[in-house]
Amino acid sequence: MYHKTLSYRIFSIFNNVFLTVISIICLLPLYHLLMVSLSSSAPANAGLVTFWPIGFTLEAYTKTFTNDNFLTSLWVSVQRTVIGTGLALIVNTIAAYALSKETRVFRARNIYLWYFVITMLFNGGLIPGYILILKLGLMNSLMALILPGLVTVFNVILLLNFFRTVPKDLEEAAFIDGAGQFRTFISVYLPISLPVIATVSLFIMVGHWNAYFDGIIYIRDSDKLPLATFMQTIIVQADMSKLDLSAVANLSQRTIRASQIFIGALPILMVYPFLQRFFVTGIVVGAVKE
Amino acid sequence: MEANVAQQVNRGNTPRIKRKKSYKQPWMLHFMVLPAAILVFIFSYIPMSGVLMAFQDYKPALGIADSPWVGLKHFRYMWENDYFLQITWNTLFFACSKMVMNLIIPFSFALLLNEVRKMTLKRSIQTLIYLPHFLSWVTLSGILIDILAQTGLINQFLSSTFGIKPIFFLGDGNWFRFTVIFSDVWKEFGFNTIIFLAALSGINPSLYEAAEVDGAGRWKQTMYITIPSLIPITIVVATLALGNVMNANFDQVFNLYSPLIYQQGDIIDTFVYREGLLSGQFSFATAVNLFKSVISLVLIVISYRLAYRFAGYRIF
Repeated sequence: MYHKTLSYRIFSIFNNVFLTVISIICLLPLYHLLMVSLSSSAPANAGLVTFWPIGFTLEAYTKTFTNDNFLTSLWVSVQRTVIGTGLALIVNTIAAYALSKETRVFRARNIYLWYFVITMLFNGGLIPGYILILKLGLMNSLMALILPGLVTVFNVILLLNFFRTVPKDLEEAAFIDGAGQFRTFISVYLPISLPVIATVSLFIMVGHWNAYFDGIIYIRDSDKLPLATFMQTIIVQADMSKLDLSAVANLSQRTIRASQIFIGALPILMVYPFLQRFFVTGIVVGAVKE
Repeated sequence: MEANVAQQVNRGNTPRIKRKKSYKQPWMLHFMVLPAAILVFIFSYIPMSGVLMAFQDYKPALGIADSPWVGLKHFRYMWENDYFLQITWNTLFFACSKMVMNLIIPFSFALLLNEVRKMTLKRSIQTLIYLPHFLSWVTLSGILIDILAQTGLINQFLSSTFGIKPIFFLGDGNWFRFTVIFSDVWKEFGFNTIIFLAALSGINPSLYEAAEVDGAGRWKQTMYITIPSLIPITIVVATLALGNVMNANFDQVFNLYSPLIYQQGDIIDTFVYREGLLSGQFSFATAVNLFKSVISLVLIVISYRLAYRFAGYRIF
């Protein structure tokens, strides 16, 4: 009964406090930014705001939400996230289902599997990918942001490892009832696999929402930029305070920048608590192998 | 089991034996893989053939078929270039430092978190520390640029508490390196902790009971049960990270660096982007990238072999 000894109790108290402090520090910068975005611009620019808003105002948010460029980009991001996640789920789950079959049933399984895994090991890189999009005429279109990353081999493997843990008896029962492979997949495998599918959707959604680089290289019109790219251009590229040359000119924007960063992160902060539960179980279950 | 069921179904019903193979519709499985296979062919295999342009003077107007072949010209130029050695060193430095930090810190954190007995507290801590993993580097660098500015939160804190002059975290080469490694730990340590926590929950409780009977305290239990049980997963994580030695995280560096600190902060991937897409040196950039990809490929294959040999790890 080690946890009743005095020394362990003292350790336990220190440990709990230490871990709590560390985890709060992890989120402190985000919290600080929220407070900056809620303050009026003069105290924010003077660097007076720390962990409480000074001169509370929603002005930065009103300005951000009346900015047409911001709203258009928000809409593009919603589109790419919804369409991209939907398509990716369909393509990846049905492929993973087929690949989860044993070689006995699906002879070509291992060939397909290697065909996919090779792309994890080696890729053509930035320039050939860019030229491909150029040659396909996808430049400046939403599909340039969705199609190249549609098949994620990592997700396919996560899904197929899970599908392999589904008891074979269920599948046999479906076959006996006359269901084909596709019907078995829809009626037997999908309902059981909801946790792992939720996990994979989370990965894909977060990936789409956060993706900015494809927007930089494939999109030319400002009204087709996804939000992450839009933010990258205004926050990071336009930021001169790194050089501390024209820091003063930039300062008046601080509250607005903070509000934009926060709104950009908001969808992720919102889905996070709901999906976190699935996510941890999904990871653990997906890692179980027969 | 499967065969058993099939036999029972087919017993005394001879016509079904003929359909035994086809009722599982293997052709349907091909159809199900097909969309993914086609997409992978277009967006992964076609670009792979594009690496040929590393051996050409590629002109977009001529395409790969008609551009002049120049052999190893770009690779020779690469090797004679001092700056290339510098960015390779930067890449290795960043990747290896992150690898070590992202092993030690999550490992220790998981051990400490394992001692928290209140489940609600444990879960809240986990929820808080995973969160930065899901935020993008655009968001995080936006935050970092703000709090690391000369008048930002960190410099204010340092000057009011320790009386230190403002530090150029993103403008000074050495501080930039520190910032990159530290902020990577901030983003990823919570997420990496999950792996160790999962392994901890898999330890057989009877081991601890036996140790308790033998009079071992918590410290001894940790030293002789917990840590040894974590060694296989640690080996897997460490060896798999080996495949990433040439990856210093483009997204992070790209969103934090500036021309001021290229000497200490530029990495292979950002260099490829600038040379290739900003300066239009398609062939040279592809050559640099190919060099990186080939080394990565070798390392990944070695690391998976090692992980398989030492810990029986397989990805599928």
